[in-house]
Amino acid sequence: MSIEVNFQLKRRNFSLEVQTAFPESGITALFGPSGGGKTTLLRCIAGLEPSVRGHLRVGDTVWQDERVFVPPHKRPIGYVFQGAALFPHLSVRGNLDFALKRASTRRISFDEAVAFTGIGHLLERRTTNLSGGERQRVALARALLSSPKFLLMDEPLAALDRESKAQLMPYIEQLHETLSIPVLYVSHSIEEVAHLADRMVLLFNGRVQGSGLISEMLTSLSLPLARSDNAVSVIEATVVEHDDNYHLTCLRFDGGEILLPREDLSIGKSVRVGVHARDVSLVWQPSEHTSILNVIPVVVKEVSVLNSAQVLVRLRAANTLLLARITQKSAAALDVVPGREMYAQVKSVSLID
Amino acid sequence: MLHEADLSALWITLQLASLTTVILLLVGTPLAWWLARTRWRGKPLVEAVVALPLVLPPTVLGFYLLIALGPYGPVGGLSMALGGKPLAFTFTGLVIGSVLYSLPFVVQPLQDAFTAISKQFLEAAATLRASPLDTFFSVIIPLARPGFLTATVLGFAHTVGEFGVVLMIGGNIPGRTQVLSIAIYDHVENLEYVQAHWLAGGLLLLSFLMLVAVYTFNRRFMVVNL
Repeated sequence: MSIEVNFQLKRRNFSLEVQTAFPESGITALFGPSGGGKTTLLRCIAGLEPSVRGHLRVGDTVWQDERVFVPPHKRPIGYVFQGAALFPHLSVRGNLDFALKRASTRRISFDEAVAFTGIGHLLERRTTNLSGGERQRVALARALLSSPKFLLMDEPLAALDRESKAQLMPYIEQLHETLSIPVLYVSHSIEEVAHLADRMVLLFNGRVQGSGLISEMLTSLSLPLARSDNAVSVIEATVVEHDDNYHLTCLRFDGGEILLPREDLSIGKSVRVGVHARDVSLVWQPSEHTSILNVIPVVVKEVSVLNSAQVLVRLRAANTLLLARITQKSAAALDVVPGREMYAQVKSVSLID
Repeated sequence: MLHEADLSALWITLQLASLTTVILLLVGTPLAWWLARTRWRGKPLVEAVVALPLVLPPTVLGFYLLIALGPYGPVGGLSMALGGKPLAFTFTGLVIGSVLYSLPFVVQPLQDAFTAISKQFLEAAATLRASPLDTFFSVIIPLARPGFLTATVLGFAHTVGEFGVVLMIGGNIPGRTQVLSIAIYDHVENLEYVQAHWLAGGLLLLSFLMLVAVYTFNRRFMVVNL
């Protein structure tokens, strides 16, 4: 099952020409700068842009082609709007009932949706005196109660302060873990994407610049993400133990182990850590005489000139991709070429949350 | 106190205003919705026609209606061709005149209320599987409630208060087409100030109370919803 889109939309100062496909599983982020067409693409999929031309196929059902245009209320999607769009004339419960009454199937019960989003204490409240985070949780519960095949989320965190964001993130994370509902997620924040998404579609000026697994996309040397100052790669790891003597937490990933300052995490938990390209250096042999704790055996996959002084190196440790930004001088001295086996010294890693 | 003729004028007035308001809500709601959402370039023309009774002397509207509803006019002629009577000087004629005359007082508040409804609520309803008709009744009408209240009261009160049009096309027939505003005029003409006072004072009080109700309810609604 997958969602295949091929859209053309022309506006006065903007045109969208998108041809791509999303798997109907996990979280796919639509990422890119503002005005790049992320929200428009999401709205096209929801059927909210009647002037869009092209094709949309979900699984083996055609939602749009030259002859067909399934109206939005007949598309089995859930949509979480940036501003929540809760109905002001209904209470929180009224908003949820609105969705429940019209759902054609029942994949999740009222109580489940309420418990999942933690809004039990808000049910009788007016939607007008909820905080931003509460509004988005109600909007999420409402969208879930329409029992969608997949969920479209338009920057649900953008309007929230840091604290509310941190509060809402876990709910979105759990969507595909506990409810196995695939999510298409619009965001312009790379931290959010690095935290949540499995896959990414990079949109720029209404065109797809690239799409693929998040680790591939973040480290693809031809895309602007890897070439930015804050270029970061992501390691999916599991918590294996805590070192109480030195206050460290040990994580294991498929290319080795990582130590980081002690975090309050339970053993066995899956986490993502971010490694900035500027914090990674390369050596031929691991040295005993270094203060750097994390040294990972890697193979050089690709080298690309970044500017007159620096090169960008894409590294592979088992199935994990890393980025290193080093000087041209070092690259020449160490003979950094594709295929060479080396060690990556990682000066700092951080938990993505 | 009120004479029998005054009571029947009161009764006719209330019937006329109620019927007119109901018809206006039925006709005005889709018209106002269309005006609020259309991007058609001819929209200003339609808006101007709807607003005409606001600026036109009632006697002008009454004059044209008299001709149209009379035996040789298009509407009166049609009525006769269908086996009826000409509509001038009848209650039906009064209703037609009142509907046209009070149209802007119903359509404009509704149009304003519909325009103020953010598109995102309609889109949210659509993504929650509500058909357009479902959305109209479950989202748009509740959100436009203050507009409906204003439209109802203004349409009703304005019909109660009309004078020029009903004088022209109603003919002031006691018991059939004589309404309160004309009854007051007759009393003053005949120097029956006591009866004029009763009717005028009654209308003043009624109008005031209706407006107080509108402002009270609409304020309460706003406080809750904004």
